Amino acid sequence: MLKIIHARINQGYRTSDFPAVPPVMPELFGGLPELEKDKCNHSCSDCIKVCPTGAIVKTNGSLTLDLGLCIFCHACVEACSYQALSFSQDYRLSVNKREDLLLSNNTFHLAKAVDDKAKRIFGHSLKLRQVSAGGCNACEGDTNVLNTLVFDLGRFGIQFVASPRHADGLLITGPVTENMKLALLKTYDAVPAPKLVIAVGACAISGGIYSGHPETNNGIGDLLPVDLYIPGCPPHPYTILDGLLRLIGKIL
Amino acid sequence: MSANTYLYNGQALTLTDLPVSSTAEFRSEIIEHINSGSRIVSFFGMPDKDEIALIAVLANDTQGNLEVLRTVVRDSYTSLTPEVPQAHWFERELAEQWGIHPEGHPWLKPIRFQQFINRKHSNENSETATIKPGVTDYFKVLGDEIHEVAVGPVHAGIIEPGHFRFQCQGENVLHLEIELGYQHRGIESALAKGLNQRTIHYMETLAGDTSIGHSMAYAMNMEALSGIVPPYRSQIIRAIALELERLANHTGDLGALANDIGFLPTASFCGRLRGDFLNLTAQFCGNRFGRNLLYPGGIRRDISENTISHLQKQLPILLSSVNEAINLLWETPSVMARFENIGTISHEDIISLGIVGMPARAGNVRRDVRCDYPWGAYMFLESPTVTMQTGDVYARASIRWFEIQNSVAFILKALAALTPGPVREELPPLGADKLAVSMVEAWRGEICHVAITDSSGKLKHYKVTDPSFHNWFGLALSLRNQQISDFPLCNKSFNLSYCGHDL
Repeated sequence: MLKIIHARINQGYRTSDFPAVPPVMPELFGGLPELEKDKCNHSCSDCIKVCPTGAIVKTNGSLTLDLGLCIFCHACVEACSYQALSFSQDYRLSVNKREDLLLSNNTFHLAKAVDDKAKRIFGHSLKLRQVSAGGCNACEGDTNVLNTLVFDLGRFGIQFVASPRHADGLLITGPVTENMKLALLKTYDAVPAPKLVIAVGACAISGGIYSGHPETNNGIGDLLPVDLYIPGCPPHPYTILDGLLRLIGKIL
Repeated sequence: MSANTYLYNGQALTLTDLPVSSTAEFRSEIIEHINSGSRIVSFFGMPDKDEIALIAVLANDTQGNLEVLRTVVRDSYTSLTPEVPQAHWFERELAEQWGIHPEGHPWLKPIRFQQFINRKHSNENSETATIKPGVTDYFKVLGDEIHEVAVGPVHAGIIEPGHFRFQCQGENVLHLEIELGYQHRGIESALAKGLNQRTIHYMETLAGDTSIGHSMAYAMNMEALSGIVPPYRSQIIRAIALELERLANHTGDLGALANDIGFLPTASFCGRLRGDFLNLTAQFCGNRFGRNLLYPGGIRRDISENTISHLQKQLPILLSSVNEAINLLWETPSVMARFENIGTISHEDIISLGIVGMPARAGNVRRDVRCDYPWGAYMFLESPTVTMQTGDVYARASIRWFEIQNSVAFILKALAALTPGPVREELPPLGADKLAVSMVEAWRGEICHVAITDSSGKLKHYKVTDPSFHNWFGLALSLRNQQISDFPLCNKSFNLSYCGHDL
């Protein structure tokens, strides 16, 4: 017992001051992309050719980057001869609507909280059931890490629960494989209404690099109504936490 | 058998030099090699005109070389499993992916509930039939006091899906059967269509917690097929990244083992420390899981002097915190009571089933690709193999702790061996009609990738064998005659990959 107490003192207090103090991201971290349209040479398509997921499209000579498909691999940044694309350090990436992930003019609508009635229900206590539907264990890993003492998810009233019947919503990862589709839909049905759906990672949002595979459903798509999209491959834990707190109105 | 069917880890051979044995010769050679101590590291089918070529890669741990055998079959052949039990899962996969029937297989059923790869069903009716995951025959125990417990695919925690069926007598588990396939994303079908911008990302997400391990095996194969050796500096940085991946996962697993028995101090401390190791990987490439770091021909981006000195400073501090957290496990009798003699898998079963990685070493079977088939930086920097005798949860936990010590020592040694130089070489076109084999000792165990090119140098087949492919059945065996309440603990002590198996 004394050794445990001794270890506890040595290990120190490790919980971050987020959201009061913003986190320090790694130097090479790739967050919210920035498009500099005036630098973009409108006749070339080098970034489009190298993108593994087809996240970049050009309409009428103007670039659009779909953050829901983007895996933040930086291939476009390396391919662009005009430095028109870059990834910033901004880890805040969550949105409420799928179309808000289409980045074309550097206005980005971060997620807003659920309405007042829903906030009364979920704002102080949000119980989530996690379903991995083809996730590679990276989105799962960086969601699970929110339970560690560094992030201490419990202090925000958010908890992952074992049964969908105890849950207020689902947090879904993975491209929704054919083999998990039925289990996912049954789990959703088992959650009592009103309920939330949160899509974490490029796979869950769009299929990511598994988009177009007949073995997957290109993410949640129209299978379920989604309330929060958290892009990334995988999203950084602070990106996920930021999204969850925005959804319940704890970050405005 | 001619000498050109042998190769070393990370080498390629020319397909036209590889003889096509008769199926009977193929079988008898495999049986002979296995009886004299070799083991199967890969065994798969590949389209060959109207037939299916069967290719087996056998590893001889004492000689440190690999042998490739080939035959062709049309619809069926005599199963190897009755004589070579470690072939059982491979043969089930062959039947499922290619419709090849291994006659006499004792328990032939799907392993992933997938469609045939790029091949029409021979039975027209089944072509339109929908595949129902998990719906198959299960081994049943009958009797008055027997009951069945079914768990999954959706589990209680934040983990991947799989289905577990326990045959129990009271609390006692008589048999566990594991059905997977829920994570099947069609990676092998996509890879058989050739290389593209997605290929490296398939490798990084085959098992997302082993991004470095799998992308390293892929890079090795591409380099072998195109005949280049990546720069010295890049090889060292790759090995450092692989050991960081091991450190993060081993530390996380020890915390999770503590959590599964309700010993919260170690669980809490290790949860934080795992993240600190992941953050070190993020210093290399911006991503905690090592995405966008490795590339065929080297690494995508050099690491800075700052990163090197940060690593040299941080690793000893982290190691001392990890040791403090983990020593609490060994010093607490109530923890040891839950670890010792639980989930034992015997030395004999490990050998006959071809178990790899930590669970093999925990049962005193000295198998470690880093020592037996060294590649890259492991050819000149030593990494000792750790073994334990007991084969139980305690042994699998201890192995992790010892390997944490070795990985930190290895990284510090590797950092000291870094000299300035290039980190990436342009990859020339792949050689035509080649077969390359690469193996990597990732944190779970042995990864094996086999890449095959056609006569124009285009990738035509790519086979991935994650350590979990060998080991899931080992987990099932370790549960026999255990309390069902010890399942989470046993499961975590193996911590196998669902998506790495399902592909």
